[in-house]
Amino acid sequence: MDKKQEKQKDAGKVLIEELNQDEKESATHKRSFWNVITIPLLAILSGLIIGAFLIAATSTSVYTAFGQSFGKGITTAFSEIGSAYAALFTGSIGDPVRIFNALFSGDKEQIYKAINPFLESLVQATPYIFAGLAVALGFRAGLFNIGVEGQLFIGAACATFVGYAVKGLPVYIHMPLAFIAGGLGGALWGFIPGFLKATTGGHEVINTIMMNYIAFRLTEWLLSGPMTRPGSGGMPISPIIEESAQIPQFFPSPIRFHLGFFFALGFAWLIWWLLFKTKWGLNMRTVGTNPRAAKYAGLSVPKTTMIGMAISGALAGLAGAIQILAVNRSMALGLSSGYGFDSIALALIGNNHPVGVVLASILFGTLRNGATRMMVVSRIPIDIVDVLQAIILMLVAAPAIIRTIYRLKEPKEEETTVFVSGWGGGQ
Amino acid sequence: MSKKFLLILSMVVIGSMLFAACAPTEEPPAEEPPAEEEAVYVCQITDTGGIDDKSFNQTAWKGVLDAEEELGIRSNYLESQEVADYEKNLNAFAEEECDLIITVGFLIGDATKAAAEANPDTYYSIVDYAYEETIPNLVGQVFETDEAAFLAGYAAAAVTQTGKVGTFGGLPIPTVTIFMDGFAKGVAKYNEVKGTNVEVLGWDLDNPDAGLFSMDFDDQQKGRELAVSLMDEGADIIMPVAGPVGLGAAAAIQERGNAYVIGVDSDWFLTSPEYADIILTSVMKLMDATTFQVIENVINDSFEPGVIVGTLENEGVALAPFHDNSDLISDEIQAELDQLKADIIAGTIVLD
Repeated sequence: MDKKQEKQKDAGKVLIEELNQDEKESATHKRSFWNVITIPLLAILSGLIIGAFLIAATSTSVYTAFGQSFGKGITTAFSEIGSAYAALFTGSIGDPVRIFNALFSGDKEQIYKAINPFLESLVQATPYIFAGLAVALGFRAGLFNIGVEGQLFIGAACATFVGYAVKGLPVYIHMPLAFIAGGLGGALWGFIPGFLKATTGGHEVINTIMMNYIAFRLTEWLLSGPMTRPGSGGMPISPIIEESAQIPQFFPSPIRFHLGFFFALGFAWLIWWLLFKTKWGLNMRTVGTNPRAAKYAGLSVPKTTMIGMAISGALAGLAGAIQILAVNRSMALGLSSGYGFDSIALALIGNNHPVGVVLASILFGTLRNGATRMMVVSRIPIDIVDVLQAIILMLVAAPAIIRTIYRLKEPKEEETTVFVSGWGGGQ
Repeated sequence: MSKKFLLILSMVVIGSMLFAACAPTEEPPAEEPPAEEEAVYVCQITDTGGIDDKSFNQTAWKGVLDAEEELGIRSNYLESQEVADYEKNLNAFAEEECDLIITVGFLIGDATKAAAEANPDTYYSIVDYAYEETIPNLVGQVFETDEAAFLAGYAAAAVTQTGKVGTFGGLPIPTVTIFMDGFAKGVAKYNEVKGTNVEVLGWDLDNPDAGLFSMDFDDQQKGRELAVSLMDEGADIIMPVAGPVGLGAAAAIQERGNAYVIGVDSDWFLTSPEYADIILTSVMKLMDATTFQVIENVINDSFEPGVIVGTLENEGVALAPFHDNSDLISDEIQAELDQLKADIIAGTIVLD
């Protein structure tokens, strides 16, 4: 008995040492910061170049110009692309001239307005960060959480309910309470497939997708039934949440930059700390990389699966809660433009690392925010930005393409992609 | 390797500087020529359906385009992908200094009201929504669609072979059920006049809770399933009041080939010609007419806040022509429909 336990412990020790060695080894490999972000950066550049062709190819004025003469066509194409990307830039980062003038004039309101595009990009990035962290954490634990979208809806519904139904609390209690309620709702929605996987082996990919459908229909029913706004005649929209539940925005309208962005950064740090600085995180990553080895090392795979799914779900729920409490102020069905699904891609770009997720989220937020200005100025449909995002993602996911185009040398050791084990995990 | 990378990095930096540098020089030609500068600038914000949804957004946008052609306005639009985009897009257009901002759908109601209050110098108009209070620079566009649906119900009752007609909605909300109410009342009117007993499946005037709904405005598969089950129960004319979901119903009906569909919102014969053979008629909600009206009012400085109601009388709602299936409607029925329309306009038939 004792011997057996000792043996188990030994195995655990060996494994942990092995893992640590792995990390040390990769550290000696000098995977420098630049090394890591070369591929994503080049993918973004290539995406923008391909996007430029698309912008020129879908513009009618370019075709008319080409009809007149070839030279004119080329110049028109370049001016179209230039004005489109200029709009993308000024819409998402800000107009440098305007910022400079505003700073020079010293008028507070002008300065706010001039930097608003950048702040708005961060607003757009906030739900991406939470959702991206949810998927990344799942991947690290070897779980493929496709249910982020549904968990987000449930989280939003819980936050909304606490937001409008609970009355008379001060801000510093009500707002965190609503926020946490969102996290708990998401955690429950994530826990169910985690529990099913841990106890019955039901695959989380199938179950999270099914839980999505249940979440959508449930929120639909809630919003047009028990949670509907009085006087809306059963329209699927919730009452507006109490002021005390709202996450404060820093500046007067129309600037929407809110405290939630810093919550997102805080959670990114927390997840990083949990994953990489605690024993618990090591266990989770061990289970994620090799569940069988983890099992022999004495780790409880079912427990990790359940906890992993619950935390992943909680993060997804927070993504929904933040949108309700900081931006929308009431819940309707068009809550999400697909954060749950985009976040899978985000986690991938971000290499399942919290810092990577934050950076990728800010990229997505920036692109989506700039797209608005691009639509206004150049009449380029928002779909172009979707295509742009898709191309960037494909290039990131297929680094070989980028390596071929830019003649980069292949790194000696292919990094094992953690999420793959999610497909066969838990056996 | 690092050399190459530095090269690429410098390319990126130079590229972005070029884009930024392009900004001031490229923008002037992109702007409208000064002659049009004075034209009224009308901007539309769609809901999550997008500008080409073959429904509200598209019809309202048609009103803007008509105004562009006939009244010489400038126009622009932004599509919303989610609820959080509404406020963002409203802010973007306020920044653009649009003269009139048109929003679509009840979900954008709160944001439109807030924007109208924050920007008192800009006119706002919201399609398919009305506020309890009057905001001086905001007008809602609402529609008495039951008037046109009444005519559709009457026509359907006249055409049915099986003695059963069907309908289903997207969600049990007033803007949807008003169609179903009008339709059922039209059928009841026919029964009363002709002494027939045509049944309406999917909607019961006395028991609205038992109505048939897809609970969805996007999923065409649901429309297909509901249409099939209605046809299985014997309905040979179906009016789906669920936006694009209705196109799924049309597809299912076309496959069977022994039933007809009644379109809603726009004239489906024109917007979905692939189903021309099975489209009996359409109950049109002509948001383009009311939108055009609002734009004209803004141009003429005669903007009136509150609501503008589309009716049969001002052609804000209408029954579409029967097009290819007009031989199903006898001259007698057509005359009766014309009379009913006149009676509704005159107020001798009251639907509420």
